[in-house]
Amino acid sequence: MRKPASAIAVHGILILYTALALFPILLVIMNSFKARKAIFGAPLALPTPSTFSLIGYDKVFGDSSIVSYYLNSITVTGGTIFFTLLFGAMAAWALTEYKFRWNTLLALFLAVGIMVPIRLGSVSIIQLIVELNLINTLTALIFVYTAQNLPLSIFILSEFMAQIPKDLREAGRCDGLSEYNIFFYIVLPLIRPAMATVAVFTMIPVWNDLWFPLLLAPTGGKQTITLGIQQFLGQYITDWNAVLSALSTAIIPVLILYVIFSRQLIRGLTSGAVK
Amino acid sequence: MADAKAGAGNAIVGMGRGSYAVLLAFFLGPAIIIYTVFSIYPLFATIFNSLYLRQPGGAYIFNGLGNFHTLLTDTTWSVPFWNAFRNNCYFFFIHMLVQNPIGLALAAMLSLPRLRFRATYRTLIFMPTMLSVVIIGFSWQLILSPLWGISKMFLNTLGLGFLFAPWLGQESTALITVSLISVWQFVGIPMILIYTALLAIPEELIDAATVDGLNQFQAFIWVKLPLIFPTIGLVSVLTFVNNFNAFDLIYAMKGALAGPNFSADIMGTLFYRTFFGNQLQLGDLSMGSTIATMMFLIILIGIMCYLFLIQRRMQRYTF
Repeated sequence: MRKPASAIAVHGILILYTALALFPILLVIMNSFKARKAIFGAPLALPTPSTFSLIGYDKVFGDSSIVSYYLNSITVTGGTIFFTLLFGAMAAWALTEYKFRWNTLLALFLAVGIMVPIRLGSVSIIQLIVELNLINTLTALIFVYTAQNLPLSIFILSEFMAQIPKDLREAGRCDGLSEYNIFFYIVLPLIRPAMATVAVFTMIPVWNDLWFPLLLAPTGGKQTITLGIQQFLGQYITDWNAVLSALSTAIIPVLILYVIFSRQLIRGLTSGAVK
Repeated sequence: MADAKAGAGNAIVGMGRGSYAVLLAFFLGPAIIIYTVFSIYPLFATIFNSLYLRQPGGAYIFNGLGNFHTLLTDTTWSVPFWNAFRNNCYFFFIHMLVQNPIGLALAAMLSLPRLRFRATYRTLIFMPTMLSVVIIGFSWQLILSPLWGISKMFLNTLGLGFLFAPWLGQESTALITVSLISVWQFVGIPMILIYTALLAIPEELIDAATVDGLNQFQAFIWVKLPLIFPTIGLVSVLTFVNNFNAFDLIYAMKGALAGPNFSADIMGTLFYRTFFGNQLQLGDLSMGSTIATMMFLIILIGIMCYLFLIQRRMQRYTF
């Protein structure tokens, strides 16, 4: 950037695009704190003491199920992350450390799940979940999301595990640690940064998904927050305060998490896709 | 035996063949079982389902490729199917023509040397990608709504008020509007992938090019762009897979009927409607599976094209 003119042009374009990216989000959040009259009268103005109102939020949280939908989403996302990390790390360890006959074939088998979206099997997933008597349960969602996220996690974790110096494992073996203890006491602590990365990029799509909650747990109070908000919006379609507040209720926690974790997340996206 | 050899050749001294097998089963078992049962089995079972036809009595009989024949030729099925397929192609082309070039341009600017506030721009521009499609869809629905009138107000300030129309409600513009909203949301993905690829190009290459008399823009076109072709290929195939698998945004904005008059209908919504049914028809497991299998084939063809036509011809540059 030697020439200041071109630097200004580049900043100008980036600022304009950033504004375009943020404007709709800010507009919704801003107006959710206003009274109905101000939403329509001055949609672009910030809420002032005279237009400030929380009436929409009263409605959203007055509908007590929204809070339980949040808990459902936290359970599903947390459960998925836990099982994806635990089973993913175990499988990644076996694939990188141990030699056996089907090693390469198994890696190819897992690659199918990275390329083909699991959604295409939805018809049979529903049949299976019905047969297992898991319809409208959070367990069903955790199973499906774990299956969906395992392959990519295994690949990313394997890459990190391949970098663990051989000496460390051998030292453990010499000290008489069993293979199981080597994994749980030496390997797992060493790949914590990689696990954080996998956790963050597993979290967002699971939290945001509409498809599987709609198919597997659409009623009975087991809705996730994304589906719950979607149903809430359908019900209150004409109540602008409630709609804007419901949208903001869904946006704000994700934004906070994103600001905290954006570094890991972007690193995870790139390490996952650059393969 | 390979197993025995592997056991002996491996560093695990003093472990018998049996306990080695137990060890492998312990580490690999849970992941493989969950993945096979909830991901691979349903995929194949769906393909299998598509070969059966439901009889009026409720029994299923083997129908060979009959369901596919019905889907592609019987007008009750083929008209919606080709409509959804065509719309899905438009949806994909709009992403390729708008989302990926914008992503490339943003990545090129972000990767300029000595750019200030780089991380801030990157984080903020990526933000919409993080949010749920449902939330994005609904927010845009409000913004474009003539009731709120905010987009009309905006266009009026620019002196373009005459352009305003209920874009989401018109048959001629619904699909393109929905596509552009999707572009707006997901532009962060090509941006980040291309940006990372650009950062991996060593500084010296660009320095050499600038010493040879190229300016930043020329250096980008002639030096960097050819080097990131593999990433652009990857971005294209990711766009393809995601677009032909899309559902959430159309469902959130336009409902399962993808109206008006199915003008925003894509494969994902057609599949959902067929399998679950709607006001016009009952749910149909066989035809639902048939459509899912068609989606599977389309995505497979896209991935194959990428693997055989693009990736094989491309040299990977490692520095």
